[in-house]
Amino acid sequence: MGIFNIQQRLLLMQKSQKMFFDEMQSVVANADEKRVRDIYTAYQHWLKDIPHHQLESKRQEAELLFRRVGITFNVYGEEDGAERLIPFDVIPRLISAKEWSTLSAGAIQRVRALNMFLHDIYHSQEIIQAGIIPSSILANSQYRPEMFGVDVPNQIYAHIAGIDLVRTSESQFYVLEDNLRTPSGVSYMLEDRKMMMRLFPELFRRYSIAPVDHYPQVLLKNLRAVAQTSIQEPTVVLLSPGAYNSAYFEHAFLAQQMGIELVEGPDLFVRNNAVYMRTTQGPQRVDVIYRRIDDDYIDPLVFNPNSILGVPGLLSVYRNGGVTLANAVGTGVADDKATYIYVPEMIKFYLGEAPLLENVPTYELSKEDDLQYTLAHLHELVVKEVQGSGGYGMLVGPAATKKEIEEFRLRIVSKPANYIAQPTLALSTCPTLVEAGIAPRHVDLRPFVLSGKTVTLVPGALCRVALKEGSLVVNSSQGGGTKDTWVLEETKVLEETNVSSIEESQPAAIKVAQKAEAVC
Amino acid sequence: MLSRTADHLYWMARYIERAENMARVLEVTYSMSLVPNAAQSEAALWLPALEISGNIDDYESEYDTVNAADVIHYLAMDADNPSSIYNALRNARENARAVRVAMTSETWENINALWLEFDQFNGQDLAKNGLREFCDWVKARSHLFRGVCFGTMLRDDAFSFVRLGTFIERADNTARLLDVKYHLLLPEQEEVGGAVDYYEWSAVLRSVSAFQAYQKIFSDTIVPWRVAELLVLRRDMPRSLHACLDEISAILEQLSGSRHTECRRLSGELHAKLRYGKMQDIFQRGLHEFLSDFIDSNNILGAEIQRAFLSINAS
Repeated sequence: MGIFNIQQRLLLMQKSQKMFFDEMQSVVANADEKRVRDIYTAYQHWLKDIPHHQLESKRQEAELLFRRVGITFNVYGEEDGAERLIPFDVIPRLISAKEWSTLSAGAIQRVRALNMFLHDIYHSQEIIQAGIIPSSILANSQYRPEMFGVDVPNQIYAHIAGIDLVRTSESQFYVLEDNLRTPSGVSYMLEDRKMMMRLFPELFRRYSIAPVDHYPQVLLKNLRAVAQTSIQEPTVVLLSPGAYNSAYFEHAFLAQQMGIELVEGPDLFVRNNAVYMRTTQGPQRVDVIYRRIDDDYIDPLVFNPNSILGVPGLLSVYRNGGVTLANAVGTGVADDKATYIYVPEMIKFYLGEAPLLENVPTYELSKEDDLQYTLAHLHELVVKEVQGSGGYGMLVGPAATKKEIEEFRLRIVSKPANYIAQPTLALSTCPTLVEAGIAPRHVDLRPFVLSGKTVTLVPGALCRVALKEGSLVVNSSQGGGTKDTWVLEETKVLEETNVSSIEESQPAAIKVAQKAEAVC
Repeated sequence: MLSRTADHLYWMARYIERAENMARVLEVTYSMSLVPNAAQSEAALWLPALEISGNIDDYESEYDTVNAADVIHYLAMDADNPSSIYNALRNARENARAVRVAMTSETWENINALWLEFDQFNGQDLAKNGLREFCDWVKARSHLFRGVCFGTMLRDDAFSFVRLGTFIERADNTARLLDVKYHLLLPEQEEVGGAVDYYEWSAVLRSVSAFQAYQKIFSDTIVPWRVAELLVLRRDMPRSLHACLDEISAILEQLSGSRHTECRRLSGELHAKLRYGKMQDIFQRGLHEFLSDFIDSNNILGAEIQRAFLSINAS
């Protein structure tokens, strides 16, 4: 019933199951002894000499700074003025350059295939004709018939994609889901890094940490490149639902970093197959809209008629090529949980390549065998609703009560096709600062893949951490926090005695950055 | 720039300025109440503060009597009073938050810090103690706000709209302060320019940081008509009406460019009255009439600025 019981059961689960893979200390096979992973050796050495109170005071300093800068998010349903901080953990997640090159290549491959899939599904639908994806996908509520036959610049649909990765062992990463609509969280990747550089400058001198700060520049370059009109200096804007949206800080942050206008629906209007913004000097044409509003709210004339967030007539201009939207309308059909299952097949179909990153094994409950298996194993599976998001409409079997399981069973039986099921993954843990000291907490990883003339990603990611002991849910809406993610050039980790100046470590870091981007 | 952005910047600056002026009114009223031979009753002393804020009716619906504790609470902290310092600062911060992109990060952090710092005064009974510190704090934050804008913002339209908000609000406040004080301080039988209580007039001057300027310019005893001259016609006095209109008309010239806007014409007209007006003529017609007219014109000017640049429907 209560949180406490769920936590207890998860703890039991943790103890009864095999140990979780820890990013810092891996368990040596068939032994109780733990070994610090190479990538962490130097950091662990540094960490063990830092007294708890010192780390705690760094944490508090970070909190104070975040509050002062206003890096907050609003919580739906709470009264006006309730701005919260996403908890920030001062212990970073470390990833070696080698691991990173595999992950980034896999993420890029995936996004390339997903963009090709989106183009295909809104044009000739070859993948359906080839019998790889069932035509029932066209009935998915995220499929937008309005987009059929519409050509988007460079055939890019998902200009920004967040790929959620989890790890279960030294060599095993899984893609948990693709976020292709309006993925958020990149501002935390950037702000967490700034914070770490401020709190622990000595660590940045000591390690070659690949920089991530150029993300907004890459994004801006891509957005300018997809302007439909042939003008030299396209006007790019960021369309936000406004200051009361939970991700408003991020919208403001990105607009500022890119030097573009942060607009809201009422700032824009449509005239003569073009979009304009209302300025103090009269109307100004807009060429590219980086929109952070969902499809449903973007144009009240076509989608949700009650939306006051969107721009009436926008879709018609978009379809006629008068403006570019990023991400494109209709990307939701590619990141839906019902489509997720087919991504490995898409990669083979469109790219003729073997997938570099694996999907989590998934049961499709529309299939009778999978349904029967799932119903018999609800207590050990995670059941997710398709077309849902954010950790709300799901059942975590091992953490649920009998009553919850039975209630969910009824929902599944009444509409099996609305659900998929996956084994409960043993998400890796990462040392995290908690009240009692440093303890392992479960983490995931969301790198952001940018598609423009090339498909790239900066060497870093949003690392979300479930701060409650034993919890596997990392969403910020469910009490998750964030960590900085360091992509390290292992061989270049300098010994303490060798550290003399920041100039020495800088070139290596830049090399990692270039390498990671060259992967595409 | 976006009309909505300009609107938020303009109102952010107006609200900060409003908070500062309200703090000045509270401070001067409070210091008058400390003068031992003040003959006035507590109610008579605090009523002008309410008049300046223009909210007497609202106050009376909420409180029974006019007394120091209630007026201070009402003007400084009352969340139900739309023009309390609390609400002015809150609105300033909300406006800033809505367009944090349009200002430098220093400017935004400054306003955000202001709002976070406000917490220290929450729930404090300012009438009992701490009013001085509170007013000093509000003024200091306002100075800091202008300083950070001046010192960090690109000299583009965004900066112009911030300045515009500051001076439209300041002109309104100085006119109100002078009008109410002049009206109340001048005994009926007293001739304009006659002797009135030194303490009270010096308090008025101090409330607009003009005491030292007065001494320096006139090096004479404080007489009301000179106070009025200083606050209306002296262009070198940064809170005077003339100084405000110097700024406003220059900004509107620049913002309007080749456009013919009513706000530009109106500000030019107001500016000319202050630039070429004579104090004798103003007194002959009546200072009160002059100031009421000014306050009305300034309001119309505000509405015209809204219409020309800030309204979301201007397309």
